[in-house]
Amino acid sequence: MSFVALDSVKLGAVLDTLCPMHLLLDGTGHIRHAGPAMRKLSPGGAPEGMHLAELLDLRRPRASDRMEALLALAGRKLHFALRMPPRTELKGVLVPLPSEAGAGGEAPAGAVLNLSFGISIVDAVRDFALTSADFAATDLAIEMLYLVEAKSAAMEELRRLNTRLDGARIEALEASVTDKLTGLRNRRALEPVLTRMAETRADFALMHLDLDHFKGVNDTFGHAAGDAVLQAVACRLTSGTRDRDTLIRIGGDEFLLVLPEQSRTEAVADLAHRLIGEIARPIPYGDRRLTVSASIGASLSRGYDPLDPVRMMHDADTALYAAKAAGRGIYRLYTPELGQMGAGRPG
Amino acid sequence: MHGLINQAIERFARATYGNGFWERVCRRRNLPVLTFEAMQSYDPEVTEALLDGMAQVLGKPRGEVLEDIGTFLVSSPSTGALRRLLRFGGTGFVDFLLSLDDLPARVRLAVPELELPQMELREHGARSFSFVVRTEGAGKPWFGHVMVGLLRAMADDYGALVVMEHMGASPGREIIAIMLLEASFAEGRRFDLGARAP
Repeated sequence: MSFVALDSVKLGAVLDTLCPMHLLLDGTGHIRHAGPAMRKLSPGGAPEGMHLAELLDLRRPRASDRMEALLALAGRKLHFALRMPPRTELKGVLVPLPSEAGAGGEAPAGAVLNLSFGISIVDAVRDFALTSADFAATDLAIEMLYLVEAKSAAMEELRRLNTRLDGARIEALEASVTDKLTGLRNRRALEPVLTRMAETRADFALMHLDLDHFKGVNDTFGHAAGDAVLQAVACRLTSGTRDRDTLIRIGGDEFLLVLPEQSRTEAVADLAHRLIGEIARPIPYGDRRLTVSASIGASLSRGYDPLDPVRMMHDADTALYAAKAAGRGIYRLYTPELGQMGAGRPG
Repeated sequence: MHGLINQAIERFARATYGNGFWERVCRRRNLPVLTFEAMQSYDPEVTEALLDGMAQVLGKPRGEVLEDIGTFLVSSPSTGALRRLLRFGGTGFVDFLLSLDDLPARVRLAVPELELPQMELREHGARSFSFVVRTEGAGKPWFGHVMVGLLRAMADDYGALVVMEHMGASPGREIIAIMLLEASFAEGRRFDLGARAP
């Protein structure tokens, strides 16, 4: 059958509307015509006369960019990239044109190469300032851009919600391990701290501290005075210890101090005596001055192999009661001998 | 009611009339002072109560408040993403109008849980249209009024000169009359396909 000669001007006009990102190639691979969108992607906006290989780099399938090689890939999915930055990646398909009437069938008549952005479209519309007129009316590109933008907006909203919820979660978590009255840690913080100490395998000291005359303050001056004393004690404990120490109010007037990297008997004793001294200073309350004292029992992780935080707690407790038994404002370090005497504890 | 809608109402109220106004509206309807999350669902009665409360405090008909919300949605910088998404509908205002039939489907693509009433554009001539919103259930009409404000602002955005009127509601539907006086009356705002939403 014989085709009516497809003159490239008429064919180009049809293709401009149907597929604005096309190239009409002649038999040698030179560009005869480019669709309006393709012109925007070309240097100087006019690729006519350039060889296809000057404009586009054929990435896949690997083949020579001579026209004969390209024609052999007719109908297959081709991957190109623009030679010029930003080297946008393009997908394409090539269809040979029927031989021109009178061309004698010698030279190939050329081909139509239709191109699209594929997944690079989001960057490409920005890089080349494309508008919806650059896409065929039937192309889903605009819907895709819409979807990308709509989904990003929805994701952004979710991200914000997530950040807010996460902030609330951290706050709640913080509140759940904080003692409201003193701002120290509460009992719930104890287990995680001891677990962490056990995991790091570094030496640490445990101090169990108990106030000596606290009940008297509560009974004589009321609970508000008691609260003021506890807050003052917490404050003095905090300023007397390091940031990495964990101070826990385990209940009533009892405190537990977890002191990482404290392994020397003398250093722990010094600290204990300093804290006892601090706490013994009178506490201003209204126009009164309240006085309490503190007893401290301690145990050192160095003495345990394998490390046993539960026993350490128990032993610090034993030392505390030994201190209490010895009077007020006394510090005792746990020793096995104390453990043997520990049977009869004062209340 | 979808949180996005409630949040739009809240943003409008806070941005236009201030936080004090929003608090007054909430208190007046015996609601806690509300801050809505966009991606959560709320009892539709809360939305109704807030709209009625705003109308009361402002001393304006509810329809007018709703129109103002529609305009705010498109013209406020804080809701720039929505304006951009709407502009994807068409290159000119008429194109955009014709794309409105697809709006509920487009919205569903972006936020599957957000259900909008069915809507339909009828062409009576090159310059005369009516826009029909089908409403379900016995709730008070609201969406049509929002659309009047929104379409007015979009016409501005495209630079078109348009007269629009809410023709009232009959059971199950609201009708908006749209007269296009001039398609490109003014410059309009730029729309770059590739720009990031503000």
